[in-house]
Amino acid sequence: MEPTSHAFKDNVRKALNDDQLQRALGNVKTGFIDKRAKARAALPEFDQLRDQARDIKDHSLAHLDLYLEEYERKVTYSGGHVHWAATAAEAREIILDLCTRAGAKTVTKGKSMVAEEIALNDHLEAQGIEVVETDLGEYLIQIRGETPSHIIAPAVHLNKEQIEQDFRKTHTDLPEDRSLDRPEQLVNEARTVLRDKFIAADVGITGANLLIAETGSSVIVTNEGNGDLTQILPRVHIVIATIEKIVPTREDAMTILRVLARSATGQEFTTYTTFSTGPKRPDDPDGPEEYHVVILDNGRSEMLGTEFREVLRCIRCGACMNHCPVYHAIGGHAYGWVYPGPIGAVLTPSLIGVEKAGHLPNASTFCGRCEAVCPMRIPLPKLMRKLREREFEKAASPWQQRAGIKIWAFFAKRPRLYRRSTNILIAILARFGRRRGTFRYLPFAGGWTKYRELPAPQGRTFHQLWREQRNERVHK
Amino acid sequence: MTYTEDSRNKIMNTIRSSLGVSGDEAERITRTSIRLDQHKPNLIPERARKTQLENIALFRNMMESQSATVVELKGMDDVPGAVAGYLRDNNLAAEIRMGSDPILTELTWSAALALETKIGKAVPQDSAALSRAFGAAAETGTLFLLSGVDNPTTLNFLPETHIVVLRKVDIAGSYEEVWEQLREVQGQRTMPRTVNLISGPSRTADIEQTIIMGAHGPRRMCILLVGTT
Ligand code: SF4
Repeated sequence: MEPTSHAFKDNVRKALNDDQLQRALGNVKTGFIDKRAKARAALPEFDQLRDQARDIKDHSLAHLDLYLEEYERKVTYSGGHVHWAATAAEAREIILDLCTRAGAKTVTKGKSMVAEEIALNDHLEAQGIEVVETDLGEYLIQIRGETPSHIIAPAVHLNKEQIEQDFRKTHTDLPEDRSLDRPEQLVNEARTVLRDKFIAADVGITGANLLIAETGSSVIVTNEGNGDLTQILPRVHIVIATIEKIVPTREDAMTILRVLARSATGQEFTTYTTFSTGPKRPDDPDGPEEYHVVILDNGRSEMLGTEFREVLRCIRCGACMNHCPVYHAIGGHAYGWVYPGPIGAVLTPSLIGVEKAGHLPNASTFCGRCEAVCPMRIPLPKLMRKLREREFEKAASPWQQRAGIKIWAFFAKRPRLYRRSTNILIAILARFGRRRGTFRYLPFAGGWTKYRELPAPQGRTFHQLWREQRNERVHK
Repeated sequence: MTYTEDSRNKIMNTIRSSLGVSGDEAERITRTSIRLDQHKPNLIPERARKTQLENIALFRNMMESQSATVVELKGMDDVPGAVAGYLRDNNLAAEIRMGSDPILTELTWSAALALETKIGKAVPQDSAALSRAFGAAAETGTLFLLSGVDNPTTLNFLPETHIVVLRKVDIAGSYEEVWEQLREVQGQRTMPRTVNLISGPSRTADIEQTIIMGAHGPRRMCILLVGTT
């Protein structure tokens, strides 16, 4: 998709004024957080497992070249094919070519963030191939012509009523007077419609949560079983994955899987975790005849050599956005590209450039919840701060902001002057705001007061209060 | 495809320059091959390191909390009757699809009157399937099912009802133990085409975070736990 991350401010304004969206976001704030907390409490070793998961990925990244080579050897040995794509365009070409050679008219797809990253659907559809998303959430946004607003719950921004309308508009061959009030009825209808697609598909495309060097296997996790119907029914199975998905062994995979579901949905384990290795064997009665893995780089090999290497540990669990107050307020679409939330704020500028996504790292209150819950212990706030520095160096931030920071820096470097001027300012604000206790509007701070009130200062600065407290303590 | 060879080199070269390595360092190569050969387990949670009796109880609890039905049977001979009974109790058609697993096919199916059995991979018209699990991990109530002619993978996903036979002796505490059993049977560093780790029937929470069963895979799942221990 064409990124709109540069228009972040406009996107945010729209999101804050969208009542439907605000109602739907209410589901994120409570559900995900409580469920994760419960799952964590039920497994005393959870935090230790996070440490190990981090170490496994660090080790894998430090030996990435060797494990990828080994992985490729094992895939080939089991009868599969590995295709290397340096860029998104190359990956699209490879997949289109595989589909064309398979004579594909219909392609089913399991949920894949990498496929979103390379805008695969548009490319295949432009060649007349019907692409059908089979994860219910992905299907919902596909029929609406939208992009995912969350990495594990792509349709979390939608309400039941919207979905009912979309189904009535799309499934026109079904009786008009059918009832679609209850979620069960919506799920059933999707099941029936998509069942035919699964059976008709010539090619099935899935992502991969992990790739295993030991055996040449790709791993997917789903709760619906859609990824499995996608990959066992058609003649050709194509996996699209990025280089950093690799881990050495099945044992390493299990450690990461132990923290993945608990962090993502709060489940003990996802309903279906599937290990796929090569095409079907000579005696197998089912399974695909061809198995292809497209391994995409798209800038990650370069990230490996930068201070952003740690981002490559991400397992796309979504915990950082589930716990993010900014995400709770604006949802995923405002971030303007494929990856929303704190991980998006770090990943997007690294993948599409600070110029196009420079505002995203500012979408943070630096409350630190994302880092506190990240199963892979990625220091997201630190990385956002680094991106802000980069943005500032590249002069990508607007002049008002740069001027403001410079003025502040002038005072901050002169402590005495800083103290004296803040004393004066605070005293003035305190006088004006005394009656109401808050400001509804302040000159130069309209951006703040539009959505919230600024509490009026109580008349003294932090420095003054601190000094008084210390004096008190000394006197006691 | 011609340019994937170039891309492969490009990607490998960038990775190596980012890591500051040539790829020929003997010490790195040894370290990775030892790790692959030894495939050491990492931390195994305490709950997965219990006695066999506790494993069975934990497996059962976990499976039930994941909305599956668990039925305990004394011996394999009880399987046909239990299958027929489960289908009847749920008002389902008296027919079952299964693969060529001799442990299942050699049972006396004629004992379960009026139950029609079909052998082979699942087809869209099948309403119920029977598989045998290779093993299970008690820690999260997770079955391991292997693809192949004995238990074709389509049985696990196409029919609305999935019944799985699991011998109590095949229940382990942790996932890692099941992988180790698989290595013993199939050899090091190899896998069947598909290994399905399954923890209950299919579900989705994509509509307003409400959990609805039977998204694309089976709507209901029944585990027949066989054995006396
Ligand atoms: S950054 Fe961490 S919390 Fe966020 S999606 Fe990635 S692994 Fe999950």
